[in-house]
Parts: sequence; structure tokens; C-alpha cells
Amino acid sequence: MKNDFQVIIIGCGVVGAAIARELSKFKIKIAVLEKEADVSFGTSKANSGIIHGGFHSLQGSLKAKFVVPGNRKYDRLCEELEFPFERRGELMVAFDEDELRILQIYYKRGLDNKVPYMEILGRERVLEMEPNLSPDILGALYAPTAGIICPYEYCFALIGNARENGAELLLNQKVSWIGKNNNSRFVVETEAGNSFTADCIVNAAGLYADEIAQHMRITDFKIVPRKGEEYLLDRRVGTLIKRVVFPCPSSNSKGMLVIPTIDGPVMVGPTAIDTENKTDYSTTREGLKEVFQQAQRMVPGVRISDIITSFVGLRPAAVGNDGDFIIGKTDVQGFINAAGIQSPGLTASPAIAEHIREVITKEGVKMELKSNFDPHRKTVCTKIRHLLEKRDFEQYGKIVDKNKAYSKLVCRCENVTEAEIIAAIRDGHTTLDGIKFATRAGTGRCQAGFCTSRVMEIIHRETGIPFDKITKKGKGSEIAPYPIKKGNGN
Amino acid sequence: MKKTIICISCPLGCNLAVEYNNKAIIRVLGNACNRGAKYAGKEIFSPERVVTSTVKIMGARVPLLSVKTDCSVSKEKMFDIMKQIFKIQIEAPINRGSIICKNICGSGANLVATRTLDKTTQIR
Amino acid sequence: MIKNVDAIVIGGGPAGMAAALSLKNNGIEKVLIAEREDFLGGILLQCIHNGFGLHRFKEELTGPEYAERYIDFLKSTDVEVLLKTCAIDIVSTGKKKKVYLMSESSGLIEVNAKVVILAMGCRERNRGNIAIPGSRPAGVMTAGLAQKLVNRYGYMPGKEIVILGSGDIGLIMARRMTWEGAKVKAVIELQSYPGGLNRNIVQCLNDYNIPLYLSHTITNIYGNERIRAVDVAPINEFREPLKENTFNITCDALLLSVGLIPENELSSNAGVCLDKVTGGPLVDSNLMTSISGIFACGNVLHVHDLVDWASEEAEDCGKSAGEYFKTAIVQAKGIPVKAGHLVRYALPSTLEPGKPGLISLRTIAPAENAAIIVKAGDSVLYKKTHKKIFPSEMQRIKIDTVPENADAIHVYFE
Repeated sequence: MKNDFQVIIIGCGVVGAAIARELSKFKIKIAVLEKEADVSFGTSKANSGIIHGGFHSLQGSLKAKFVVPGNRKYDRLCEELEFPFERRGELMVAFDEDELRILQIYYKRGLDNKVPYMEILGRERVLEMEPNLSPDILGALYAPTAGIICPYEYCFALIGNARENGAELLLNQKVSWIGKNNNSRFVVETEAGNSFTADCIVNAAGLYADEIAQHMRITDFKIVPRKGEEYLLDRRVGTLIKRVVFPCPSSNSKGMLVIPTIDGPVMVGPTAIDTENKTDYSTTREGLKEVFQQAQRMVPGVRISDIITSFVGLRPAAVGNDGDFIIGKTDVQGFINAAGIQSPGLTASPAIAEHIREVITKEGVKMELKSNFDPHRKTVCTKIRHLLEKRDFEQYGKIVDKNKAYSKLVCRCENVTEAEIIAAIRDGHTTLDGIKFATRAGTGRCQAGFCTSRVMEIIHRETGIPFDKITKKGKGSEIAPYPIKKGNGN
Repeated sequence: MKKTIICISCPLGCNLAVEYNNKAIIRVLGNACNRGAKYAGKEIFSPERVVTSTVKIMGARVPLLSVKTDCSVSKEKMFDIMKQIFKIQIEAPINRGSIICKNICGSGANLVATRTLDKTTQIR
Repeated sequence: MIKNVDAIVIGGGPAGMAAALSLKNNGIEKVLIAEREDFLGGILLQCIHNGFGLHRFKEELTGPEYAERYIDFLKSTDVEVLLKTCAIDIVSTGKKKKVYLMSESSGLIEVNAKVVILAMGCRERNRGNIAIPGSRPAGVMTAGLAQKLVNRYGYMPGKEIVILGSGDIGLIMARRMTWEGAKVKAVIELQSYPGGLNRNIVQCLNDYNIPLYLSHTITNIYGNERIRAVDVAPINEFREPLKENTFNITCDALLLSVGLIPENELSSNAGVCLDKVTGGPLVDSNLMTSISGIFACGNVLHVHDLVDWASEEAEDCGKSAGEYFKTAIVQAKGIPVKAGHLVRYALPSTLEPGKPGLISLRTIAPAENAAIIVKAGDSVLYKKTHKKIFPSEMQRIKIDTVPENADAIHVYFE
């Protein structure tokens, strides 16, 4: 049966993708349903990309339970899936005596959570490590095991490998109804008109996890989006800091951070504002002010004029359990939650995935390891920008001789070639945003002013999607929807 | 009557003070060259503009050929001309200056190609 | 592949073509143009409107016509043109320059040259650079991208348009979109004066009763998938929007015409020093950058309002690059050019004593009855009073002879 599965995962953000990849090690039929036109289009795409050391989470919480084990799994994951990951370390900085005492509290928390190699550093040491930090800093808590990744690259790698190992990914499948049939099996229907059956459902629906759970009359939690504005700065300021820098936290967030990204530019943010609106992806003047005030306090060298783009992430914060993760079985046999996963969800995701696998086993799904599971990604496209950064033109020339499409630089800000765009399209990314996240085309300082039309041409050529139907991020977001000249678009 | 207009004959954009009656221009001040006086006369009594657009072309490297009216046309005619332009489809090759449509919409102007396009397969 | 040439020009737009021609006319034998696109002419080919060439050709041409004139000139020379070829790096060691090109047909090409002319043009400032608050829907794009979609592809990004910024591209696009059947609802300008040329206000906005809101800005963008509206607010003298006077305009596309930035990634990777104000390389009066043998002209050097001036500058550039090729003489001591009162920038950064000089400059703000003055010590080298002067209009000033023993040349308005 085509639409019959043992496990259906609802939602393909980093959590859904990590679970899919974990389950793809076993001889079971799995599907991931994603409502958007591409994976990681929800909360994950706006994640800060920090793999936390783990001293923020309160002992006894699920966050604390999964954060350090999650962190430890990244070396192997990055080796297997070939996504960039660097253990840069994180610093929580203190500006006064009170804050120095707060550092001690978090140091203690870190010890409880078994965070390795932490240190409390004095002013001199901190400034030696990060000379561009404010000289007003008195000290910092340092966790060297913290790292940075690109969240969507991680998500693409996970789901890509899961698919290579047999998992099915179904895009544009917004769930409209879930119930059980006469055989006590789940039936999932989508707005696209498809119907699926499964023994087990994993609810990794992010912001919409509460609505998904309600289909099964599970109403013991509610997701309230916590909005975070982030600002990406020009590559030029990428050299300012090497490590992730936090202030001492407030009650509802880790505060405004200065975050080096794995691709070079520095990011500042995020704000933390509770909102009722799950589609409020708007930045505000107030948010901009707040972010820069706090970020400049820590790193005086960051300037508003360096902004190349800004975006909003909505954290799926669960209400009714002190903001902790909601993970595990429910009153409905076979319905498993992986919900309310806000920070440090990215860090915890590999550990959450393993835990969910154990829960699924306990719920009665027979799990037998595949002999032919391949943990390595089969198709990893050469990234020309890495060669250009190293000025390895000889190697570049050799690659071009094999595949001419590498000679065409489509995005000149980030040095992305046509070959990379084609690989992304063949990987299933057919929107401009999807291709942007997969290849970085359009993420640079010109923000796709130059490459948009070229990428559209390639999408049109490779997929046959008419030019006027090519979208930014799915139906309704067409870039150039109106053909104006005779013979165009028909 | 008096009116201040901005000359569009060249990028200088001179401010012209025009004095005129029902029949003719009496005086133009502020123009840096002769074209200003000429422009004022036309602009007051029968304003004219050059129309530039594109038409669909088949068999060329690109899908569209840029075109213009070879002289300025009455402002009132502009949208009629655009309507006509929407309907035109031509075949490559075409040379710059070739007439695409004679006396378009009775405006007295010809629609001409502003680009040379050889016959080839379209690569967009 | 390895190629040895006398001079390589990077970019085959109006500046690159004029520079290459000028190199030929000044006796340089082997000249190569590397152009990324599959055609010469650069952005001119999507500028299908007229208004080009009044200075160079004494007649009014459209962008493609202007470009083809130069393409025809080039065809009559032996300048080698590599299309679909992207320059990826410039390495300078002493007098030798090595330029790495990536070409679709030949793969990696190492070009050895004595002279490099940068003519890569500029790019548009975008939404990120000006941090407009609001959501991130489709339908928000630079005016130049919209121009490309409409003029090169024949597709409209929307039917109800708001344009932010009154730069020339924005104004031209207001008319284009109107002609092609869209309703342009407003042009919003932060400054108290228009960013583009006066004639474009008349023939692109006034002709079609398109309202221009000066001293206004966009304070919010609405829409999830596609843009559906913007908030527009007047600003006070501190450029803060006045909330109580905010109004909403529904639209399905927002075009941004908020300035151009010279495109100098290649230059700065090569070690060329850039000017913070213009965004282009610092050059002497020969238009040579901080690296001897590397020259720059056109919009990569500073943003021009008229292509005619870009061509003229490129011609001068080709001439002095040709001189350098023959003599290898680098200007020993230039007299620094200092931008004074009301001058946003003055280019070049130095002038050569005893020679004629040409200074390009722009004002910071519009001014009436202002005199441009160029002074070396107490001696006035140039003075001319303008009735009206706008930041959108570049001024080009000719100095007959730059004095031999001046400490600095001051350029200012009075």
C-alpha cells in the first residue's frame, strides 16, 4: 500500500528530520509530512545555529536531560552527514558584581548537567580570547564545547540521508484531520487531498503541535509563539568575534546574543516577545533598537549599517509545563509528542530523536536494524565558495572540466554556481527560498537582486515549472506572476 | 497666461517660465538651450512623448525585442500604442532601426527596433 | 589555459567597452574584455527607455541603442571579448598582474596582463540594507530586478505597485509599470527632495498623476505569502516616522530604488583600497587605484547618473592606462583633493601637479545659488555659480593646470 506506513512524522524541521533519520536505521516504513513547500521552512530556518554547551538548562528538566547528550553527538553527525560544524565555545559575560554572581549560578547548573570543561574567566582572559568585546566586561562563564552549525543545512542533511535510507518526504501536505480507523490504526488526511495510514504518529509540528494533538483530543498543552527578531551583518564584521557571546539571561530568554555564523557573517538577536499570532514574521523598529542596544553593549563594533538582512523566528514555546519540552507518549496509544521544542532544541535534537525511537519501540512498533543503513550522505555537492576562499583555482578548474555547470557563477556574492543550484533542485528544493537555504544563493550582500532571475531560469529549465508559477516559498508567493507579452506563459 | 514647467529634453531639466496666450507662446525664460523653447511650445499646446517598450520575438536569443516610437507621439495616443504593442509578435532576425509597425495607431510615428537580434535558438 | 595580454578589462558594460576601445585607440595591442553575461552592454540592455547619449552622440538613444553603438565600435577592432566569463580573482605581484577567469567554454583561464581595468559596475541597495520593518513576503524587490523581469523576460511582479525611493531607476520603473498595465499607487522618498532627475519626475510621475511623497518612509510591510499592503508615514527632522500620520496603501509589489553601491568584492580581495563614501576604489588623477597597474572607471568607481559620463571617464581611464603600459610611470606625488562644505565626495583623491585636472563631485543636499569653488591655498582654480544643484546630478569640473606646489586642493560650495 502506497500511503501506508508504520510511522508518520508530522513536521520536517530539525526535530522531525532528526527523528526521520534515526528511524531510517530500522526496517520500518516511515513518512514525513511537511505542510510547507520545503523542509525547515518553519521555526528551524530562523534558528541561531548554536549548539549549546548546556549550562542554561535547569536540572531535572527535559531540556537539561537532552542538551548535553545532544551536543556530544554532533562530531559524529557532522562527520557522517558532511555539514559544517565548529566547536567555537560560548561565553556568558558579566558587567557587574550581580552578574558575576549569576555566572556562578549557571556554572553550578552546568556542573549539574555535566557540561564538560567549563571555566569562569576573569576580564583579562576574556578580552585576550575576544579582543573586540567591550572592555567594561568583568568576567565570563566559558563553555568550550559549544559550537555553531547552519540549522537548515543540518536539517537538509538529516532528511536527505533519511530519504537515501528509505524514508519518504511529502511536501505541501498540511494535515487537515487525524483519527483512528476500525483497525485502531491512524488515518491522516491532508488539505492536498491525500490520506495516509500508520501505526504510530510522531507530532513534531513545531508551532502547530498543539493543533495536531487536538485532533486526538490531547489538550493538555498549548503552543504560544515566542517571537525573535534577528539581524544578519555583512561578512566584513565576521572577524569581530569567534565565539558565541551571551549576556546574563532574563527570565524568558537567553538575552540578545552576538553569534558568529558558520558561513562567516555575524548575527545579532534574538528578541523574545510572546505573540498569539503563528504567522507574525514581521520585524519591528523597536526590535531592531533593542537588539543593537544590547549587542553593542557586548561588542561595540557591531553597527546597524552593517545589516544585510533581518528575519523573524517563532519559537514554539509550550504553555502549561514551565516552558519545558513535551516529549514522549500520550494518552492515545501510538501518538507521540516531540513538541514545545524551543532552545536548546537544535542542540538536543539528536538525543531527542533517539529517545523518540525508544518510545516508539515501547509503543509496540517492531524495530529491527537494517543491515544496509548508510550513515553517510551519498550526494554531497562540491561548494565552489570553499575553493575560492582558499584560492584553490587549480582544483576548481578540474571540477569545471568535468562539469561545465560549475563554471557559471549564479550568485556572485556567495560564489554559488549553476551546478550547485541544479543539485539543490534535484534534491527537491524548487522554491527560491529553498534553493537559497540549500545553496546560499541570494543570502549575500545583494540579497538576490542579481541572481533571482537566473535561479528562476534554472528552476524553469530543470523542472518545467512555468516562469510565472515559480515562487519564493510556496503557493501564493509567485515572484513574477503576470505574463505581459503575447505568447508568454501559455 | 503663465506656467512653470520642467524641460525634459535632456537630463539638465531646466525650469522654464512660460508666458503664453490661447494661440502662441509669448516668452520662455530659464531654458539653457533652444530645445527648451521648442519643448515649451509643444508641452503647452500638444504635449508629446516617445514611447519605449518591448515586443515578443520568436527565433532570437531572447524572448523580447526592445522597441521605440521613432519620434515623439501625442500623449493621448500612448496607451493606444501600448495596446497595439501587446499584440505584436515578430520573427528574428531583426536589425536595429527596422520598422516593426508603420505609423502606429495613426500617430505619425513608426515603431522601430532598438536592438539587433540574429536568428538563433532561444536561451532566454 | 594561460593567456598573455597587454591589458584586461573586467566587465563589458558601457565603461568596460569604452575603456577597451580607448586602450586600442591609444596603441595598446592585446586587449581582452571578460564579461560574465552572454552579451555585451551590461545593464543598458534592460534600460529600454530613452535618454542616453545626448552628450556622447548628440542624440537621444535608448539603452540598447547606446550599447550597440559601442558594440559596433568594438567589432571593428581586434579587442578579444570573452563572454560567459567571470573574473574570480586578481593577484598583483610587482608589475605583473594575474587575473583568474572562469569561462563556460574554456574552464579556468589564467590571464597575465600588465594593466587591469576594473569596470564591474554597481549593484542596488536592497531591503536588508535599509532594514524596513515588517513581514517577508514575495513581491518586495529592487527596481532593477523588476526592470529585468519586465523588460528581459516579459513578466510583471505585480499590478498594484508602490515604489520606495525616487532614484532614476524607481522613476523609470513607475512609468514602465504604468505602460505595461499596472497601477503605480505611490512613490515614497525619505529625503525632502527627489532622488532622480527632474525630467524623470515630470515624464515618469507627473504625466500619470503618480503621487510622490517626499519626507515619507515605509514603516511596515504586510502579507505572509505575498505583500498586500505597506504603512507609509511622514518623518520628522530626526527621520523618525510620525505614527499618528501613518497611512496604509494596499499593493501587491513594492519596488525599491534606494541607491546603488559599486561592486568591489574583486577589487578589495585584490588589495585595492576603497573610499568609504563612494564605495569605489581610491584613485589618482589617472584613475589608477592604490595598486599600480590596476585602474577603475564607471560605476565600479563611483555611481554615475548618466552613462555618457561613465563612457567619458572610461575613455580617460583607457588613455592613462595606455600611458602607464608604455612608460610604466606611476604618479610620484599627487596633491590631495579635499571635499569641503556641502561636498559629499570629490574624485579623484589626488591630482597631478602641472597637469590639467578633472574633478567629479556631488553635493550632500540640494542648494540654490551655490558656487562650486576649487582652491589651492589662496588661488581659486575654478568658480561657477549654479542656480540649483541636486545630489542626483554629478558635477564634472575641469581645471586647466593643477598648481605645482599646493599642499591640498579644496573643493567646496559657497
